[in-house]
Amino acid sequence: MAKKKNDPIFEMFLFETNELTAQLEDIALSSEKNKDIGDSINEIFRIMHTIKGSASMMEIMNISELAHSLENLFHLVREGRAVRWDNDTLCDFLLNSVDFFKAEITKLENGLPADGDPAGMVQNIDAYLERINPCEEKPAQPGSAGTATADGGQGALYRATIFFDEGCQMENIRAYEIIHRLERDCKIAGYSPADIMDNDKSIDEIRQRGFVVTFSTELPENEVKSKLEDTMFLRELLFEHAEQSGQSGAAKSAAACALPGREQEDRMPFAASHRQSMISVSTDKLDTLMDLVGELVIAEAMVMQNPELNGLNMESLRKDTARLEKITNELRDVVMAVRMVPLTVTFQKMNRIVRDMSIKQDKKILMSIVGEETEVDKSIIDQISDPLMHIIRNSIDHGIESAEERLRAGKPEHGTISLEARNSGGEVLITVRDDGRGLDREKILAKAREKGLLTRPENEMTDKEVFSLIFLPGFSTSEKVSEFSGRGVGMDVVNKNIKKLGGVVYADSVAGKGTDISIRIPLTLAIIDGMLIRVGESVYTIPIVNIRESFRTTSDKVFTDTEGNEMIMVRDSCYRVIRLYELFKTDTGCKEIESGIMVMTEGEHGAICLFADALLGQQQVVIKALPSFLKTIREVSGCTLLGDGSISLILDVNKIN
Amino acid sequence: MSERAAAVLNSEYEEDTQKNKYLTFNLGKEVYGIEIRYVTEIIGLQPITVVPEMPDYIKGIINLRGKIVPIMDGRLRFKKPEREYDDRTCVVVIDIEDVVVGLIVDTVTEVMTINEEDIVPAPDMGSAVQSRFISGIGKAGGEVKLLLDCRSLLSEELAETEQ
Repeated sequence: MAKKKNDPIFEMFLFETNELTAQLEDIALSSEKNKDIGDSINEIFRIMHTIKGSASMMEIMNISELAHSLENLFHLVREGRAVRWDNDTLCDFLLNSVDFFKAEITKLENGLPADGDPAGMVQNIDAYLERINPCEEKPAQPGSAGTATADGGQGALYRATIFFDEGCQMENIRAYEIIHRLERDCKIAGYSPADIMDNDKSIDEIRQRGFVVTFSTELPENEVKSKLEDTMFLRELLFEHAEQSGQSGAAKSAAACALPGREQEDRMPFAASHRQSMISVSTDKLDTLMDLVGELVIAEAMVMQNPELNGLNMESLRKDTARLEKITNELRDVVMAVRMVPLTVTFQKMNRIVRDMSIKQDKKILMSIVGEETEVDKSIIDQISDPLMHIIRNSIDHGIESAEERLRAGKPEHGTISLEARNSGGEVLITVRDDGRGLDREKILAKAREKGLLTRPENEMTDKEVFSLIFLPGFSTSEKVSEFSGRGVGMDVVNKNIKKLGGVVYADSVAGKGTDISIRIPLTLAIIDGMLIRVGESVYTIPIVNIRESFRTTSDKVFTDTEGNEMIMVRDSCYRVIRLYELFKTDTGCKEIESGIMVMTEGEHGAICLFADALLGQQQVVIKALPSFLKTIREVSGCTLLGDGSISLILDVNKIN
Repeated sequence: MSERAAAVLNSEYEEDTQKNKYLTFNLGKEVYGIEIRYVTEIIGLQPITVVPEMPDYIKGIINLRGKIVPIMDGRLRFKKPEREYDDRTCVVVIDIEDVVVGLIVDTVTEVMTINEEDIVPAPDMGSAVQSRFISGIGKAGGEVKLLLDCRSLLSEELAETEQ
């Protein structure tokens, strides 16, 4: 069946499968945290069943196969009374399958065929299923009394690789003897080479690669290990925990454990309430709605300012229009709220990252999330998760030290990363805080020096300024490039992406104690409070959040430095003065300081005073982007339509200098 | 003051029937033609908001029923002497793949069909600015019309740096 990209059924399938996969991931992560699948088992089963069915229908067989396999496994777990299963193993199966589903769906979304092969995973799942299924008899293992009957425990899976002494002969027989010995207390999952009794060639293999046995047992680890060590002519024994995907399980416990006392809060509520009273709306429709409401706000202002109304008795008209204005404002607020989405999903995604990374890097990390219910505009959500991911990866990679190093430093063994979001004014503040080794001022300066990135003398730079160097392109202090970070690309891209959202990112740190990376993003992209100012014939808008104060002054207060830059003293601080008519090369009659007005604005880089002709008043303005056709102007961040239909350019005070 | 030549832009035409139709307009002595399928409307001159740091042929932006449209002066674009705008001056609004631009022209003449056999390729003038934007020379009604290549008009914009 040809899957046309625009086929609505196909689109729906992709959308739904994505949602289900995300839910599955969340369940898996929280089950792992809580060390118990518990009630979620039904949800898992339901999701698997749905995915299997719809994938089958769309003839995406690999997804369907994997889902079927999982369905069988969880069916057994749900129904089988005598079944004892290992929570971590199940969660691993789930998460690996989630990754597979995600990868295949991504391929399909990009018009590529879903050609991943689930055979390996299916095999593992089926093998595990067979092992834990109490009804299954293993004919190849005579005398096996089934799983050990000790109650309460769950068998742990081990892998032993055995090397015999050189010249001891008949390695295959010896290998068989090991199996025979283990069988009494353990359940053998498999061994390699498998044909030790039949094939003498297996001797060579055992000599080359050792004899590998995978088994599960209730016995304590050291006991079973010493059993193996009793083997005659044993040269070397490699003994490790085995997991389905072949990873070392030693670091499993490092994955995000619940913080003491917060366990209840961390449980994901997966009841049916997740699905009721919600409706998916295409974002195109929302965008159109937003645009229309924006136009309504403007049109209403235009009506009010219509010159034909001048001089008329407006009493009752004023009352009516006041009401109109009130309703329009409310409508605007509701529509803006419609697009607001809580950061919950984005933050929860980070759990997975922390878990995976802490396993891979063998570091113990706890993650705490505060304020995930904070809402931001949908368009921000889409763009914020990549930067956040990178910042967290950085924290884990470079910030949090290994357990030993931490203990030596007198810190708790578990590193903590806290992810926090809150509203502040018209902005959202997201902070990633770690208690790792902090940023090293000297190292950063050295690197910046090396790459020629320093623009100011080092001793004049405050700590904050030094830390902000890490956001420059090409900057990275790690000696080696890891899979996760160190290419010197990351923080720069993070900075760029945050800037695109109209926000800023900055870093603060105390050496040895930890690092804070903070992101500040304006809450609403589309409507801001602006102050209109006139320069000559043009009207410009400055966002109110950037304005500290405005005042009139005289030319004797303004002085010039040796390079022709103008400055003014205000309450014992000195500020740069920029004459807007000069900056924009606008014609104006108002060139004298006395006849114009100074507006003190504050941006990322401090405060400057802008000189304009006059203030026209404060207004709520709908931001429109400048057409992309025009090359970007540094000092202008967008434009807006005024009540009389004219256009006002919105100034980006951070860029004026 | 504002003239909407709505009949010209009957959007019920399939793209095919619009293919050989050109909107012709005057800039100085020359007559130019532009494929009708790129033209969304023709309006009279509106107050233009100046945008700083733009090349001289970009006059600024206008508010077209809520949409911000940049305005380009045709004369300045094609390196002709500037002329004062009068009540016959029009703005031809062009839309190419969602990039919308308004082009200020002296006067708009008509929509005419120019068949492919009546079009000859523009001679390569070397470095002459105009030839970059001309996709061909059309002969119709005894007159020569310079047919504009809209895409180059707009894409040149982004690549070009002004001296």
